[in-house]
Amino acid sequence: MDIGLHGVILAIVTTDANKICGGTCPIFAAHGDEEKEELGFKLARVLGGTVHDLGNGVYIICRHH
Amino acid sequence: MENYLYAIVMGIAVGVINRVLMLRNDHRNYPTYPHGHLTHLSLGFMAAALGAVAVPAIAEADYTAATFLVLAAQQFRDIRNMERETLNRLEETKMVLRGADYIEGIARVFEARNYLVILSALVTSGLVVYLNFIYALAGAVVCVLFSLCLMNGKFIGDIAEVEKAELYFDGSLLKINDIVFNNVGLPQVRKKILDEGLGVIIKPKDDNARLTLDALGQRMAIIHDVVSILGSKVEVDEKELTPMARKDPDKGYLALYIVANEPDLEILIDVIKKVPVLESAYNTTLKTFLGRKAAD
Repeated sequence: MDIGLHGVILAIVTTDANKICGGTCPIFAAHGDEEKEELGFKLARVLGGTVHDLGNGVYIICRHH
Repeated sequence: MENYLYAIVMGIAVGVINRVLMLRNDHRNYPTYPHGHLTHLSLGFMAAALGAVAVPAIAEADYTAATFLVLAAQQFRDIRNMERETLNRLEETKMVLRGADYIEGIARVFEARNYLVILSALVTSGLVVYLNFIYALAGAVVCVLFSLCLMNGKFIGDIAEVEKAELYFDGSLLKINDIVFNNVGLPQVRKKILDEGLGVIIKPKDDNARLTLDALGQRMAIIHDVVSILGSKVEVDEKELTPMARKDPDKGYLALYIVANEPDLEILIDVIKKVPVLESAYNTTLKTFLGRKAAD
């Protein structure tokens, strides 16, 4: 039994696509922070995930079990 | 022969009274009322009947009956399985889980309480058969008090101090002191957590307590009891608000955060203090020679 959060990355939202080096999940490019937050929020609700901020302009949307 | 009848009736009565006294309904709402109670009262009645009949059966030298009673008593082991199965099924639809340790603890307690019922009925009926009603009454009172004593286990308040703590964000990291809970990406969720979240730290009083709080099952039990009273704003697809308890690896204390439906910090602290210390998590390392050496 684990009480921690762990899971998979469902999507990535970024204002700078150059910071993403490949991967298997979809990447969404946003124009500015406001759009990034909007996209992050909507994707999280649609995918049933949680938005995490990596602090470099990249959001990852993860699903935790 | 009539004496045996009195012994059995009194044994059953004491056993059932004992079971009723041990059947509590509190904030955890388990066993559920009224059907869960009915199940356990019925099983308690059967346990009391088994215990009450044992001594008259032996007194009559009916050893086959006595052996059969022992076999029947073994069936009460299934109570643990029944409780475990029910609680595990319920876990599937819960957003905040009880955890395996808590479930095992509850299942074990339900099984043990039926053995206590058997014991109290057996002692009472035995005293009626071999002595008299006065001794039987005294024996019954002792058995009931013994059973009630066993119900009073330790609580988190006995092994740790619970204090208010400040929640804050270090960038996107939700923290209490140096303990990181989670990375929260969205600014609106961070604001909600800062506005409505509650944080406490649970400081163990000694090394035994530190190891007890270290157990994941104990932490889940704390969170479960807190949520069952204060509620939680966590939703199926919104896991950011999941209540969490995390440890400071260097200092050994726990930090707990919750976004509760009833954001009352004093009640939160009181609830945590009244969470039972689970048998499986309870640690007595300091009672051992090596444990004391290690703690030097």
